[in-house]
Amino acid sequence: METGDIAALARALRKREVSSRELTEATLQRIERLDPVLNAFITVTAGQALAAADAADRRLARGEATALTGIPIAHKDIFCTRGVLTTCGSKMLANFVAPYDAAIVERLAAAGVVSVGKTNMDEFAMGSSNETSFFGPVRNPWDPERSPGGSSGGSAAVVAAGLVPAATGTDTGGSIRQPAALAGITGFKPSYGRCSRYGMIAFASSLDQAGILARSAADAALLITAMAGFDPRDSTSVDAPVPDYVAALDRPLAGRRIGVPPQFFDAGLDPQCAARVREALQVFAGLGAEIVEVALPNLALSVPTYYIVAPAEASSNLARFDGVRFGHRSTAAGSLEELYKRSRQEGFGAEVKRRIMTGTYVLSAGYYDAYYLQAQKARQLIAGDLRRAFESVDVIAGPTTPTPAFRLGEKTEDPVQMYLNDIYTIAVNLAGVPGISIPCGFAGHLPVGLQLIGPAFDEATVLNVAHQYQLATDWHRRRPPQPAAARGAR
Amino acid sequence: MDHIAHLARLALTEAEAGDCVTKLSRILDMVDQLQRVDTAGVEPMAHPLPMVQRLRADKVTEQDHRDEYQRNAPRAEQGLYLVPRVIE
Repeated sequence: METGDIAALARALRKREVSSRELTEATLQRIERLDPVLNAFITVTAGQALAAADAADRRLARGEATALTGIPIAHKDIFCTRGVLTTCGSKMLANFVAPYDAAIVERLAAAGVVSVGKTNMDEFAMGSSNETSFFGPVRNPWDPERSPGGSSGGSAAVVAAGLVPAATGTDTGGSIRQPAALAGITGFKPSYGRCSRYGMIAFASSLDQAGILARSAADAALLITAMAGFDPRDSTSVDAPVPDYVAALDRPLAGRRIGVPPQFFDAGLDPQCAARVREALQVFAGLGAEIVEVALPNLALSVPTYYIVAPAEASSNLARFDGVRFGHRSTAAGSLEELYKRSRQEGFGAEVKRRIMTGTYVLSAGYYDAYYLQAQKARQLIAGDLRRAFESVDVIAGPTTPTPAFRLGEKTEDPVQMYLNDIYTIAVNLAGVPGISIPCGFAGHLPVGLQLIGPAFDEATVLNVAHQYQLATDWHRRRPPQPAAARGAR
Repeated sequence: MDHIAHLARLALTEAEAGDCVTKLSRILDMVDQLQRVDTAGVEPMAHPLPMVQRLRADKVTEQDHRDEYQRNAPRAEQGLYLVPRVIE
């Protein structure tokens, strides 16, 4: 059974050509067959999924279905799910059963979406390769020797492999867009404040934002419409009406201005990725958009700025893991202080410890002004570049990542090499604006991602431009080669 | 390194501390680029949204979930979280 095109699946459900139970059972069978290779799920919730599918089928029978009722999806294991293990990819939370649902889990469930499980991720979302997960790395469906990116690597792999049509993710520095690019799918991060962070385990609170990994911008628009909106339980949730993202998809591109920053095509960009992105710009021009150059002179500051701001916020957020109220507790501690120190030593992996140490250092007495305050000023410069660019263009286009998917183990020894993977995605988080990655071709056998960035709270334009590209191209319909056993079921 | 690890309430083995020194130096060398940037007169940006904290009516809105929440506690008894002895 084909998993793409949620609108078509929803139509088939409403016409009763297929039931949600049938879709969900087929999904669970695919997971059973393919996930032993991918390692993309931490928890599969078969029982709850079938119960939710039956409830969706009853709702469909009553004629009360939404555009998403009965559609199976997966949640990144950073979102709290009531009564279900919620690990955040960490040994620290390997036994944590969430006592409540995250806001976006709640909203999607209310729309009738069926969750089949929780996807693997870099520990506490800190990583760009899914290799920092306590539960082991996820494999890229296009090449099992390579990483699907991170931190939402499990969500990217389950969508790319056709296990589910969509999966939730979070994006603090590129954690939706980078894995979407490396796995050849569509990954959308809305503006900061658009989706509630309630129940989403915090990494860097001024950067974290929930979003969606799916097969197309049209599918992403459907899901984001259900996920977005004001939530008083998140102090930074924006109390603003959510536009009709689906209705906005159809606007033609004629007259749209697409800005291209030369800084996106620097020496670090793989030549094949550069060529694919330039071909995509030709497609936009052919559809009537005007391609203009815009400058982002401070783009190069985004990686150093991010690796001060994000660890600083993380070191503070992760102070809650103390071995007392929940999570891992060391049995080797004689005093309370030793309990804190050893529980954290045993519960956190190496990358998380590095970020906590970096963050603690840049916030410590004597270094705060030189590092943290200076980074906040650089953040203003980077955000200012984007604000100025959007005075003259509707969206900014460029590559999502400097290279296609890299090999597992290739960048684990040098954290800075790993961090540089996020060079094109981080500015979007620092400024809080929306961004999407969509497939735009291949470098050899590996997919290449095109990134589109919009002004704050103008998700509609980003999704519209991406959708118009996907109407004119079929890169988003390409599927990775499936293992022989799986072919019969497609 | 010991001081920072203490501030972070993080015990490190000797091997972990050694690895941390090497890799943190790499990270700090990278972020040191920012020291060369002229930010005179630039307003620090703590957050993407120019917003203030919302206030709400001073009413009880939370229900008691203590027993449910304590099911995740490594050690709890009679509604209390247990820790090693603090006062001798």
